[in-house]
Amino acid sequence: MADQKQLHTRRAALGCMAFGGAGTLFAIAGGVLTPIDLAVAAASPSALARVGKPLFVQISDTHIGFNKDANPDVSGTLARSIDLVNAMSEQPALIIHTGDITHLSRPAEFDTARQLFSRLRATEMHTVPGEHDTSDAGVTEYFSRFGQASDNRGYYSFDHGGVHFVGLVNVLRFRPGGLGTLGDEQLAWVTADLKGRSSSTPLVVFAHMPLWTIYEPWGWGTGDSGALMDQLRRFGSVSVLNGHIHQIVQKVEGNIRFHTARSTAYPQPEAGVGSGPGPLKVPAEELARMLGVTSVTETRHHALGLTDTTLA
Amino acid sequence: MRAKTPTIAALLATTLLACQASLAALSGQVVIKDFMFVPTTLTVKAGTTVTWANQDEEPHTVYSDTGLFRSSAIDTGEAFSFRFDTPGTYHFVCTIHPRMVGTIVVE
Repeated sequence: MADQKQLHTRRAALGCMAFGGAGTLFAIAGGVLTPIDLAVAAASPSALARVGKPLFVQISDTHIGFNKDANPDVSGTLARSIDLVNAMSEQPALIIHTGDITHLSRPAEFDTARQLFSRLRATEMHTVPGEHDTSDAGVTEYFSRFGQASDNRGYYSFDHGGVHFVGLVNVLRFRPGGLGTLGDEQLAWVTADLKGRSSSTPLVVFAHMPLWTIYEPWGWGTGDSGALMDQLRRFGSVSVLNGHIHQIVQKVEGNIRFHTARSTAYPQPEAGVGSGPGPLKVPAEELARMLGVTSVTETRHHALGLTDTTLA
Repeated sequence: MRAKTPTIAALLATTLLACQASLAALSGQVVIKDFMFVPTTLTVKAGTTVTWANQDEEPHTVYSDTGLFRSSAIDTGEAFSFRFDTPGTYHFVCTIHPRMVGTIVVE
């Protein structure tokens, strides 16, 4: 764990990465999570180098096509999120979208989303589908646009900067009444994909629905994620990133850190509050503070830091 | 003309009522509200067209576990219909919120 002096240096460094938003950064080393409140962090440009360069930014739950009271302008808030990312002094190499690109899986929604994404300065984007992206009767709209990376399976892996990224799909093989499902075929693929990889390889595993159970009555979890965790446990640094619940929830288990991202479209209630996980209407002035993105930075070898940034 | 108007109106009304009655006999409705299919189980006669009407703030889908029918996303205020010609028990689920399940019993 970082000593106090290091922590203060890191705090100082993170202050200048806040780019206009209040947020929390999580530096992780050897599975120990160190939350640093950006609101109290001091700015120090010279210390920025110690933090390292941004590896990727996670965008989630853009829900293009949503037009209800909770946010009648989701294209506008996505555009503002993109402005936020484009304004980062050092651009991330990648963008990862953890699903629910669209609200209703309609072609015009995907086209609007793609048009907005094309404004990102970072050009490499990786996606996994959310259940709102696969709600067309033929389940073809997402795959015809984003299926190439995965041979139309939806799940795939790639390497970048010494980090192994694994994108998974837990929204297609749903079980009535239940949680998200990965399925035996995908689990077998993960096993094969990770086999032979050194345990010191930092892993980033991303999927739309949480890969751990946050709240079963609302389906906030993945029923067969235990078999996945068995595969991940031997690795020294694992970040599991999800969306779906439109709010930040996180936990650490051994060397595995779990984190869900905010939506850029609208917030949802906390687990179990209200009749279901629908859009949460908040006063207009509060909305921007509940929307945002997550940026992930290589803090040092084998360590990734997460910064959540809101639109206001 | 003036004397005939009520007669025509009455005729039309009778015809409309008859149509509605015959439609009612062959149509059933499931309302989607507060993340629920209401009623959860709907029993209809063979040949009935069942309409799922979404009155929720969220979009939902209707997906038969046998693959017999599958809607696209049904947004607020929209509906999806399917005609059941063969007696049997048909289970369905919302693919967006799989905890939402329902059944159509066709007699």
